[in-house]
Amino acid sequence: MQPKGTAAEYWKANLRLLGISLAIWFAVSYVFGIMLVDVLNKFHLGGYPLGFWFAQQGSIYVFVILIFVYAKNMDKLDRKFDVHED
Amino acid sequence: MELQTLTLLVVGATFLLYIGIAVWARASTTGEFYVAGKGIHPVANGMATAADWMSAASFISMAGLIAFNGYDASVYLMGWTGGYVLLALLLAPYLRKFGKFTVPEFIGERFYSQTARIVAVICLIVASITYVIGQMKGVGVAFGRFLEVDFEVGVLVGMGIVFIYAVLGGMKGITYTQIAQYVVLIFAYTVPAVFISFQLTGNPIPQLGLGSTINDGSGLHMLQKLDQVLVDIGFANYTAMKGTTLNMILLTLSLMIGTAGLPHVIVRFFTVPKVKDARASAGWALVFIAILYTTAPAVGAMAMYNLIKTVQPGQLGTPTTNLKYDERPSWFKNWEKTGLLKFEDKNGDGRIQYYNDKNKAFAEKATGYGWKGNEMAKVDRDIMVLANPEIAKLPNWVIALVAAGGLAAALSTAAGLLLAISSSISHDLLKGVFRPDISEKQELAAGRIAMGGAILVAGYFGMNPPGFAAQVVALAFGLAASSLFPALMMGIFNKRIGNTAAVAGMLSGLIFTLVYIFVYKGWFFIPGTNNLPNNAANWVMGIQPESIGAVGAMLNFAVAMVVSRVTPPPPEHIQHLVEDIRVPRGAGGASGH
Repeated sequence: MQPKGTAAEYWKANLRLLGISLAIWFAVSYVFGIMLVDVLNKFHLGGYPLGFWFAQQGSIYVFVILIFVYAKNMDKLDRKFDVHED
Repeated sequence: MELQTLTLLVVGATFLLYIGIAVWARASTTGEFYVAGKGIHPVANGMATAADWMSAASFISMAGLIAFNGYDASVYLMGWTGGYVLLALLLAPYLRKFGKFTVPEFIGERFYSQTARIVAVICLIVASITYVIGQMKGVGVAFGRFLEVDFEVGVLVGMGIVFIYAVLGGMKGITYTQIAQYVVLIFAYTVPAVFISFQLTGNPIPQLGLGSTINDGSGLHMLQKLDQVLVDIGFANYTAMKGTTLNMILLTLSLMIGTAGLPHVIVRFFTVPKVKDARASAGWALVFIAILYTTAPAVGAMAMYNLIKTVQPGQLGTPTTNLKYDERPSWFKNWEKTGLLKFEDKNGDGRIQYYNDKNKAFAEKATGYGWKGNEMAKVDRDIMVLANPEIAKLPNWVIALVAAGGLAAALSTAAGLLLAISSSISHDLLKGVFRPDISEKQELAAGRIAMGGAILVAGYFGMNPPGFAAQVVALAFGLAASSLFPALMMGIFNKRIGNTAAVAGMLSGLIFTLVYIFVYKGWFFIPGTNNLPNNAANWVMGIQPESIGAVGAMLNFAVAMVVSRVTPPPPEHIQHLVEDIRVPRGAGGASGH
């Protein structure tokens, strides 16, 4: 059994997880898809210029994975801090 | 069978299905009308959310914008999917824990103020109506084409159907109907894409086809070939950025936070059984959305390629290789009837020339060919997806299917939005503020009247739209982004924000964004009333009206933060409320009290 933490610690752990997830969210869309697009377009993924691929395909795949990973980690956190439902 | 008959049959059959489900599952209590009780599985809820979410803008308009803007249209792809990350991470679970019917209810209670609730209702109505206008434009395009009538008549038909449809069922009817609509629309979107991808690249998966070699013997990749074909007729490279980085960032941000702030999407997460499910539900919604969104880039690129190849089949500059107007295919004639596609024989040679006559260097070369300007005088971006299967010469049943899918997308979203508008008027304004003593029956009746009114307003502007469907919708997102999202987020993440700060923030975000849009797009979108011409030279710092929502949202946050420093903190019970919504345990079903 994990020791039961306080609500404040639970919230802090959640915020840390949020920070990491949002950093990835920002990187794949704004950084890879827009700001660095010209640099990345020098590389290719099949027939896709890489920056273009991030903007029109890759970022979307990462978003989907990101939500499920966050949801799973939050489930763990809920149980660890004993704030889960039922 | 003839195309028009077949289309009417397929569209008619799908409509019967939706209306049948709506009647079968008709809402009888106010609880069911607004949020369908609380017993909807996350996967089912995700699918319904996806249908609710993917509108005429996603289905009909987006791939058309991608076709004509290439890389720059990535903002729509990233913006409308990335918003789900914000929704799942920052809002959905907490609003589910809070457990109320509507977004204004949360804002009213969290900021312990009827004023905040009323301001939230206003923000919601402004954003939702703008959004419905975009749907009406899309519905008009689809009906106009398939009934072979004028675009305006198409809008009128659409208004009638949306009205019957949305008034009949509440959220419960809509949830089940929307699952059916999702299936219809995703099938309709992917089938032609698979065919076309296979035709052009030999790879049936559009996401891979776009990255494959085109099978015309050139050995080039699909995207390289498209770049080349476009540059050949004077346009910019498909894969290169044409706008500015700043606008792209701001528009993406504005669409993302607008997605997370749109009331008809948020309300979806009130309907799942648990907080845990609210997180997963957003993930499932995005899975179903991503199927369409990762297909759209292929649809857009390949439609553009096929369009150019139809008009300009042979060697560039050889006069006889341009398509003869008299030999134009039937899709060309049919779209001409709607007034959304126009040809003008500027050099009188009876052939169609399509090129970029604003590109000086190329225009000179074109003069050498005996061309006197681009003769595709009008190609409405919103016709591309619907025309796409016809351009690629796919069988008629595929074309009929696409019509049904486009209408499903427009109708499902319009219905969801109208429900959000009607519930905010009947539940938040009437029952919540002005007449708390009205009966459930009166509340439902008021909701239906509000829906009718909203349809009339949206129909009028649908006929006089301030842009292509996806652009109108982008404006709606800007409005939601600048007003509702910051208030919701601060309500959860910042205990220090009180009533005055929230109201000041919402009002400054909304008014700033509205004024900026109206200055360039016309006051209340009435054509001709704009103060400045809508072009890059007049925009403040080069920021286009579609992108301004992100700036409005920052202003909203900033104003709220500053005001919260000089006003007293929220009372203790509100601080406890915020602490309570931050932990999942103890979430009951959604309730009205």
